[in-house]
Amino acid sequence: MRLADTLRFARDAASGTPLRTGLLVLSMAIGVGAVIILTALGDGARRYVVGEFSSIGTNLVIVLPGRSETRGFNPANLITSTPRDITLEDAQALLRVPGVVRHAPIVIGTAEVNAMGRLRQSMLVGTNRDFLSIRNLKLAQGRFISADVLGRGPAEIVLGAIVRQELFGNENPLGKTVRVGGRRLRVVGVLAEGGQGMGMTTGELLILPAATVQAMLNTNTLFRILIEARSREQLQEVKAGVLKKMIQRHEGEEDVTVITQDAVLETFDKILRVLTLGVAGIAAVSLAVAGILVMNVMLVSVTQRTAEIGLLKALGATARTLRNAFLFEAGMLSLLGGVAGILLGHLGAAILRSFYPTFPAYPPHWAVLAGLGTALGSGLIFGVMPAKRAARLDAVIALGKR
Amino acid sequence: MSLIELSGIQRTFQLGDSIVHALRDIDLTIEAGEYVAMMGPSGSGKSTMLNLLGLLDRPNAGTYRLEGRDVTTLSLEEQAHIRSERIGFVFQSFHLVPRLTAAANIDLPLMLAGIAPSERHRRVQQALQEYGLTERAHHRPDQLSGGQRQRVAIARATVMHPAVILADEPTGNLDRATGEEVIHLLEALNTQQGVTLIIVTHDQSLGARARRQLVMEDGAIARDSAGITP
Ligand SMILES: Nc1ncnc2c1ncn2[C@@H]1O[C@H](COP(=O)(O)OP(=O)(O)OP(=O)(O)O)[C@@H](O)[C@H]1O
Ligand SMILES: [Mg+2]
Repeated sequence: MRLADTLRFARDAASGTPLRTGLLVLSMAIGVGAVIILTALGDGARRYVVGEFSSIGTNLVIVLPGRSETRGFNPANLITSTPRDITLEDAQALLRVPGVVRHAPIVIGTAEVNAMGRLRQSMLVGTNRDFLSIRNLKLAQGRFISADVLGRGPAEIVLGAIVRQELFGNENPLGKTVRVGGRRLRVVGVLAEGGQGMGMTTGELLILPAATVQAMLNTNTLFRILIEARSREQLQEVKAGVLKKMIQRHEGEEDVTVITQDAVLETFDKILRVLTLGVAGIAAVSLAVAGILVMNVMLVSVTQRTAEIGLLKALGATARTLRNAFLFEAGMLSLLGGVAGILLGHLGAAILRSFYPTFPAYPPHWAVLAGLGTALGSGLIFGVMPAKRAARLDAVIALGKR
Repeated sequence: MSLIELSGIQRTFQLGDSIVHALRDIDLTIEAGEYVAMMGPSGSGKSTMLNLLGLLDRPNAGTYRLEGRDVTTLSLEEQAHIRSERIGFVFQSFHLVPRLTAAANIDLPLMLAGIAPSERHRRVQQALQEYGLTERAHHRPDQLSGGQRQRVAIARATVMHPAVILADEPTGNLDRATGEEVIHLLEALNTQQGVTLIIVTHDQSLGARARRQLVMEDGAIARDSAGITP
């Protein structure tokens, strides 16, 4: 029997019982649709988190003082290691490491701020002019501090949105003077609202030249150094170079920790990928259930069409022809259900996106292919048994049935 | 060389503990172009015999030669091939596929044999015309009368130009007039195209029209008008 005829025969047989065929296709479609919608959700969550992190800047290498023990927490290390400070000179030296574009040293502390007769306690961040672009922060007003790479510069200050509101109310703060820790600084800018990262809201911050903050706190230690690599590809090279440079400057001792933003991102990425896979796996179980349904429907079909099978044998159909006809029917129904399920899944994902426009709920291609493949696979696997049964039927007995 | 040669054919069925001898040691020769009526009481083994002749069933013992070739030892696939090419069946209950049109039902053997669509179309149209079914080509079986259904079944049985047509009570579900019309069609095949015709019937007058009568009793041939069997 020709392939085209086998297909046509299978199609006619399936469309001969529209209700049963419809229900089967629907159950397959729901299974495939579930896989697609759930993976769209999982992958959307992954992309959302990765996107949020990337906004902080993905080319970042961060230097922290002290050595982080990757081999577990060891109290002995805490006592014996007295890490050397990281200084502004260290930071400047790191600019010579190949692949480094710019950097921002960070000193933090708290101090009393006072302006217009109002007083409050606030968090200070001492840094240089590159901090704004490295951290992807935005200004609401004015400009950023002009401190040079060593964090030295005029007595300027940039206010967080909340601090600005509390100190100045509705008045324009630009050009006004504030007193921080006994020093007078001129307000040159205000940060835009909504920035976040590294565990602090930018609204509460005061940003000053690093050298000024160090003088205020009477220290020359840095809290950390943010370093921007030229490209994401150079990140590992820069990380190694920075570590080498620091060890060299600290007389051969590895007493700093160098991390990349990438490592954090990758961990999240991995966790959410596994989660998506797990969810997809659970949804795929519904496809196996649909496969069992295929088997049942095909068995009923074989039983109902016993006389027809007997007739086909009498007319010269071989066992193989009959087996193929029933297998094609199962495959065809599964494929139809799979395609309907893809449409259903895309529709569901589109509805999700229209309700949560910021959430990128797009089904990944692999999930669409896997859904379709599983549908077709389970349909065929579960279709084999009924098809074999049809092929094995005794012609004489089959013809005796009405 | 005879068309059909049976020697020592036995067919038994196991029914619980007892064994039913549906056919006992049958020897029979049928020449090409013969018109044979097979008669006998219910349960005498007529249908079993026809199924064996049509290669739908295998004997427990004995040999069956079709056109000189021993077909009892052939594989299932080879037997299917012979059914497709050399044998046409006509059944009492027509056995048309309900979801297919008259034309598609007639097309079935051609489709199963893998014949090219254009050739199939030509042969189906010819068959529809020969059996006066052109008007009914696109009707499904439930839209046809009993006589028309059996005409579709005969068209289907002959469309592959078989050597032999096996008909098990082909008029059993038809009224007298329609039954006679169907018999005339089958007889015409025999006289005009030389197709060997073997009909099982309970109707004495129908049986009498055949050139050779076989009467079966309890799984054996009790009387053969050709006088070969004692
Ligand atoms: N599959 C089977 N299993 C058990 N016994 C069977 C089977 N098929 C036929 N028989 C028995 O074999 C014998 C012959 O049956 P067969 O159908 O050939 O009779 P028949 O001459 O065609 O009868 P009828 O005129 O009623 O159609 C009967 O006794 C029947 O019960
Ligand atoms: Mg019978």
